[in-house]
Amino acid sequence: MTSNSKNLPTAKKSFRSRQSKGDIAFEIVVVILLALLTLTIIYPLYFVVIASFSDAKAVVGGQVIVLPVNVTLENYKECFKNGDLMQGYGNSFQLLIYGTAIYLFLTILCAYPLSRKDLWGRNGIMVYCTIPMFFGGGLIPTYLLVTKTLGLSNSWWAVILVGGVSTYNMIIMRTFFMSSIPFELQEAAEIDGCSPLRTLISIILPLSIPVICVIGLYYGVGIWNSYFTALIYLSDKNKWPLQLFLRQILVNADLSVVDGGDASDMARRAMRAETIKYAICVLASIPMLVIYPFIQRYFVKGVMIGSVKG
Amino acid sequence: MYWIRQRRINKNWQFYLMLLLPLVWYFVFCYMPMPGVVLAFKKYSAMKGVYGSPFANPWYKWFLKYYQSPYFSRTIGNTFYLSFLSLLLGFPLPILLALLLNEVRNRAFQKTVQNITYIPHFLSTVVLVGMMTCFTNRDFGIVNKAIEWAGGTPENWMQVPAVFRGLYVGSGVWQNMGWDSIIYIAALAGVDPQLHESAYIDGANRYQCMWYINLPSIMPTVVIMLILNSGHILSVGFEKVYLMQNDLNMAVSDVISTYVYRISLLSSNQFELSTAIGLFNSVVNCAMLVIVNSISRKISDVQLW
Repeated sequence: MTSNSKNLPTAKKSFRSRQSKGDIAFEIVVVILLALLTLTIIYPLYFVVIASFSDAKAVVGGQVIVLPVNVTLENYKECFKNGDLMQGYGNSFQLLIYGTAIYLFLTILCAYPLSRKDLWGRNGIMVYCTIPMFFGGGLIPTYLLVTKTLGLSNSWWAVILVGGVSTYNMIIMRTFFMSSIPFELQEAAEIDGCSPLRTLISIILPLSIPVICVIGLYYGVGIWNSYFTALIYLSDKNKWPLQLFLRQILVNADLSVVDGGDASDMARRAMRAETIKYAICVLASIPMLVIYPFIQRYFVKGVMIGSVKG
Repeated sequence: MYWIRQRRINKNWQFYLMLLLPLVWYFVFCYMPMPGVVLAFKKYSAMKGVYGSPFANPWYKWFLKYYQSPYFSRTIGNTFYLSFLSLLLGFPLPILLALLLNEVRNRAFQKTVQNITYIPHFLSTVVLVGMMTCFTNRDFGIVNKAIEWAGGTPENWMQVPAVFRGLYVGSGVWQNMGWDSIIYIAALAGVDPQLHESAYIDGANRYQCMWYINLPSIMPTVVIMLILNSGHILSVGFEKVYLMQNDLNMAVSDVISTYVYRISLLSSNQFELSTAIGLFNSVVNCAMLVIVNSISRKISDVQLW
């Protein structure tokens, strides 16, 4: 959108002055449709947030519709008292940081040399990196390799390395290096005596902040949200990421989130658990949604780079 | 200029040094499992390892076993149906969203809609399924409150087989519609405004501009995305289906990837059978990609390779 907005105003203006009644009606219909769509997308999220701040009775009774009822922080307090959740949070944060750093590191190291047209053997290496996009060993061969040959079972290394570099992201970054940074800059740096590594660090990286942010976000969201690799490689509960604990509580309906009360109190516990689950949903999504506004303006750009040679 | 070339090649060793780590990663985690697919033709023994184990007799034993098992038609049918429905709804809607967004003049409104529709993409599958479970809970869920209010009977909808596909596809569209539209929005930004000008002079209204100029202009992108998506026609993402699965909806929710997981890592350790199914699955996906690509090359000149 952004690149277009510069040259559009003249065309837009001439349109506007000559709008027929049909065009106005058309635009009104479009706006209404989009508004309805936006509402259907935002409402479930909004409901989760207001329900998490409401009293359990009101939520379960169906009174919470537009605004929270009997505002309370109880639900969040219960979450923070839950040792499992906090453990999962800590683990996921560490995984997020290590994983994103390692992936970005590998992606940059792969993308920069491959962005150089004067690199001997570049096309061959590109093919080597692209083949795994279409064909892989599959679940069991990978599993046997990681657990038997490499001996990484029950280790974070397995979770981090099996996901690993995404060739798609590597190609986006490579395209960015090639198309958005003038090659003359690199040549000039080389004439001034920069080694390739120095060029990468002092010239390329500072100019690539947007693409690094976007790809870091892709990786980060992927790590934070995935649970499958952790499910198959981590047997030790102390190492579980947040998503596995969430799965237990949210999907497998484990009521242990609500402590206290005996068996006769099951109904009340189930009711309490319901609102606590909403609070958990909010807490689990906040880290990703907090980064979002900072990186959001790069999205279209990032996807556009990817679509040039995707 | 010989000395310049000489110097450049001399310096290149640093590039190869940089490439070393990523290429080793690719080798270990992408290429080393590949020969492991021979497991599909073997009788695995943990003592002898993948390559030391004897071949199965006959070599296609595991493929035959899968073909003859009652799970064959069930898993393939469910996988195909689920991904077909996802494609049918999930593919055109982002295009429509992008086209409509492009018609909005008010930048602020446009940006707001865009940013809101992206948000669900950032929720994890676990949270998404957890939300659905909460909403459709028979006693407490807001969906059932609404149904009760309208005079219907509440139900634990996650356990009703008849609505499983609807919930799966619907939540997928809800989550990814906005995000998937980005690529089309980017493509629409490249449409030449002069086309609109001249169409306007010829008497086209805005609806016609959208339909006859904008849509054809982004067609190459659309076709490329369609080809890429059709490569996944026989693979449904494991994560969401597995979370939504329960004993009651198994008949419609059992797909290839969950079956492969169930018979190998979850319970009965049938490594060979599950590798065979995995191999079969990726061969079908590759074939689909090739077929759709060649069809598209014939009719529209757009192709991946």
